[in-house]
Amino acid sequence: MITVNEELCKGCNICKEFCPHNVYEESKALNKKGIHVPCPKNKEQCTQCGLCTLLCPDQAIKVDDEDED
Amino acid sequence: MDKTNQNRFMKYLRTERLPNIFCPGCGNGTVMNTFFNALELADKDFDNLALVSGIGCSSRIPGYVDCDSLHTTHGRPITFATGLKLANPDLDVVVFTGDGDAAAIGGNHLIHGSRRNIDITVICINNSIYGMTGGQISPTSPTGSYGSTAPYGALETPFNLSKLTKAAGATYVARWTTAHPVQLSNAIKKGLKNKGFSFIEAISQCPTYFGRKNKMKTAVDMMHWMKDQSVLKRKADKMDPSELEDKLIIGEFVNKTAPEYTEKFSKLLEDNCESGKPSSVRSAYRVD
Ligand SMILES: Cc1ncc(C[n+]2csc(CCOP(=O)(O)OP(=O)(O)O)c2C)c(N)n1
Ligand code: SF4
Ligand code: SF4
Ligand code: SF4
Ligand SMILES: [Mg+2]
Repeated sequence: MITVNEELCKGCNICKEFCPHNVYEESKALNKKGIHVPCPKNKEQCTQCGLCTLLCPDQAIKVDDEDED
Repeated sequence: MDKTNQNRFMKYLRTERLPNIFCPGCGNGTVMNTFFNALELADKDFDNLALVSGIGCSSRIPGYVDCDSLHTTHGRPITFATGLKLANPDLDVVVFTGDGDAAAIGGNHLIHGSRRNIDITVICINNSIYGMTGGQISPTSPTGSYGSTAPYGALETPFNLSKLTKAAGATYVARWTTAHPVQLSNAIKKGLKNKGFSFIEAISQCPTYFGRKNKMKTAVDMMHWMKDQSVLKRKADKMDPSELEDKLIIGEFVNKTAPEYTEKFSKLLEDNCESGKPSSVRSAYRVD
């Protein structure tokens, strides 16, 4: 499961640009600070490589193998 | 904030201080992650860690980490770290510093730390600019790059910090960028394990000042720029210097062993202490 913490994300788009499997997409909606928080659209493509969590400068992303309910 | 159901590095952070003060896309946060990952790779005890920093955006990192830290004066983190390490050689002492902090006002401390080969790990976040004070040119700004103090482009030749510390005697030296986080983390791991002065140069992005003044609007643009100009050391070694003019050489430059300063100092205390077991520097004075 991939979760992006809206309180921490600053919308830099690093995750979206550098995910090797194009998992993220920019969301149309704005968060409280007026930021387009990326949305893990293509979750099934995620290999849990961990690159996005290593890159995200704001520690906003959590990736784990828990199933979504 | 609940630390359990969060990002894997949250457990190392002072969550009450988040979100951090860094601009969107600033490389400082990425370097922090690569450091936490390196601590895990090196199997280091988080409770045995002391972080030391000077002044600058990059030097604010220890303030977010939930361990002992010293936020010192501009340019002086290596001197404070030296004192800390000598007073308690068992500590893992890590310095976070910027290019301005380490190479301008603190340039002498950098070369003398390297020369002594004291067992500390220096992570220098080189964003080629003074970020905190508004984008002034630093000793590592590329020739021709723009800054608030160089509206016509920087005239000087930049310092190559990895070469400088290598020449001065550091026993582990590597350079990677925030666009190479796995390799950067691995280099920090090696630096943490090296018994001696380790210098890890993390080339990083300051989109707010360096980026904006040098026609790179976003952190993503800057990371592509860093990636595009990087050449692996192994490849660069076989290339003609003329081909490498505008390139950034990345990789490991030094990984060797040499006598370490705290060990020499502890031995001196032991040899000169009457009881054979010094309890402090004072107890080592010979009674004439
Ligand atoms: C003695 C002293 N001189 C000057 C300053 C002003 N000052 C604060 S941070 C800084 C430069 C920081 O640059 P760098 O180390 O590259 O850090 P960055 O903000 O880019 O991460 C300067 C000149 C100061 N705080 N103290
Ligand atoms: S873990 Fe890897 S594949 Fe999955 S979203 Fe992050 S970068 Fe993409
Ligand atoms: S890298 Fe982090 S801060 Fe940047 S857009 Fe992605 S989740 Fe947000
Ligand atoms: S000014 Fe530059 S170095 Fe400082 S936080 Fe902003 S992007 Fe980072
Ligand atoms: Mg700087």
